Amino acid sequence: MSNEILQLESVSRTYGEGATSVAALRNVNLTIHAGEFVAVMGPSGSGKSSLLTLAGGLDKATSGEVYVEGTPLGGLSINELARLRRRAVGYVFQDFNLVPTLTASENVALPRELDGTPARKARRQAKDALRLVGIEDLADRFMDQMSGGQQQRVAIARAIVGQRRLILADEPTGALDSATGDGILEVLRNRAEAGAAVVMVTHEARHAGWADRVVFLKDGRIVDEAASQHDPSVLLSGLAH
Amino acid sequence: MSIKHSLLALLQESPRYGYQLRGEFEERTGSTWPLNIGQVYTTLDRLERDELVAKDGDDGEGHVIYSITAAGRTEVMDWFAQPVAQANPPRNELAIKLALALTLEDVDVSAVVQAQRTASMRLLQDYTRQRRTAATTAGVQLSSEEAGDPNDAAWLLVLDSLIFSTEAEVRWLDHCEGWMAKRAASAGKSAATRRAERAIPADVSTPTLTSTTKAASK
Ligand SMILES: Nc1ncnc2c1ncn2[C@@H]1O[C@H](COP(=O)(O)OP(=O)(O)O)[C@@H](O)[C@H]1O
Ligand SMILES: [Mg+2]
Repeated sequence: MSNEILQLESVSRTYGEGATSVAALRNVNLTIHAGEFVAVMGPSGSGKSSLLTLAGGLDKATSGEVYVEGTPLGGLSINELARLRRRAVGYVFQDFNLVPTLTASENVALPRELDGTPARKARRQAKDALRLVGIEDLADRFMDQMSGGQQQRVAIARAIVGQRRLILADEPTGALDSATGDGILEVLRNRAEAGAAVVMVTHEARHAGWADRVVFLKDGRIVDEAASQHDPSVLLSGLAH
Repeated sequence: MSIKHSLLALLQESPRYGYQLRGEFEERTGSTWPLNIGQVYTTLDRLERDELVAKDGDDGEGHVIYSITAAGRTEVMDWFAQPVAQANPPRNELAIKLALALTLEDVDVSAVVQAQRTASMRLLQDYTRQRRTAATTAGVQLSSEEAGDPNDAAWLLVLDSLIFSTEAEVRWLDHCEGWMAKRAASAGKSAATRRAERAIPADVSTPTLTSTTKAASK
């Protein structure tokens, strides 16, 4: 099957060396297919962000290998990695990571333009993405003219612009009120249904409820998984009491 | 759940017979709490005895119609006006299980927590899926609950209630786990303090926090 978008094979990540080293991820195996929406949960410090940065090629594994659309990231040059990231990976950073001197729509269009999309088309795609996250009317604002929640939505628009096959989101609803958060989950869900693989770190169970699969991390290890059964009779028996 | 007040609320809208009452109740609450028809009739008997409803002829096909009395209207208005009493917490098997697990030597509490969390998350996924389907059927966008059929809205509301209480359970489990980790860490710290008191250098390569928390097995 070639619909595996993301694979982590015995991935470990240790920060620092010797006595003060921290094992953030220990021997993690995880495969995520096209069309899957996966939530990652776990206490703070359990390795959630580390897992996401490795999956997005923003950091290198200490051992093991990460594959994106079948390509092992370990073998790529810096330039190749950057190209793969721009083309295939949408990343929502926990702290947004937006360019303050650009407007909302410029922030969203930037990765497309860097990847060779003509400016006009990139702008149009940016508009579409901003509309999906509900801030179309703020397209021309600079970051310091936006609230935390609005900036978070710009960051999400930037991750979903174009047709990225892998969307990685680190606490994407953290700065949002609950109704806006639900709207964002709907956007991510629709992306998965359109064929993307979506991985979302969250500590909110209600948001993880939108995922097909929930992966639980603890002390850098995957300790359990919950997958929805897609079986309505399960729901009815759950309701019967 | 007050069947009595639910039936009165429906009778306040219009006179109805037993099967109609059951049908309306289930439709408006998404069949979440099924009523059996026997319950409906015994409740109607009691309501009639208390003069909160009265028999009002039949529908021509042998169904006895009930209508609400003035006293019944007052009763149902009072019910809506009063908050639901939560002074006596319902028995919570999970809380009881965890409380006991904490006091017993041989039970791996973190495994109990994780097993429950996985089950609750799965339930939450199913409720969320159900809610999305319901919202789509109702033709309502999740983010903007515009008015549609009030019965659809009522069903979404019931689903939300289930979703939020399951979420609360998971949050509580997270809280329990965090609290246990903290307790384990402070137990470890006092061991470290004792070592320091014996003037033996602390061994930094074995962090005390992780050694006491066992990962839940699959
Ligand atoms: N750049 C870094 N240098 C050193 N330690 C780090 C670094 N990033 C993360 N860590 C450590 O790795 C562990 C996992 O961190 P992280 O992946 O951020 O967890 P989470 O996102 O689940 O809170 C933590 O103990 C954290 O302190
Ligand atoms: Mg993090």
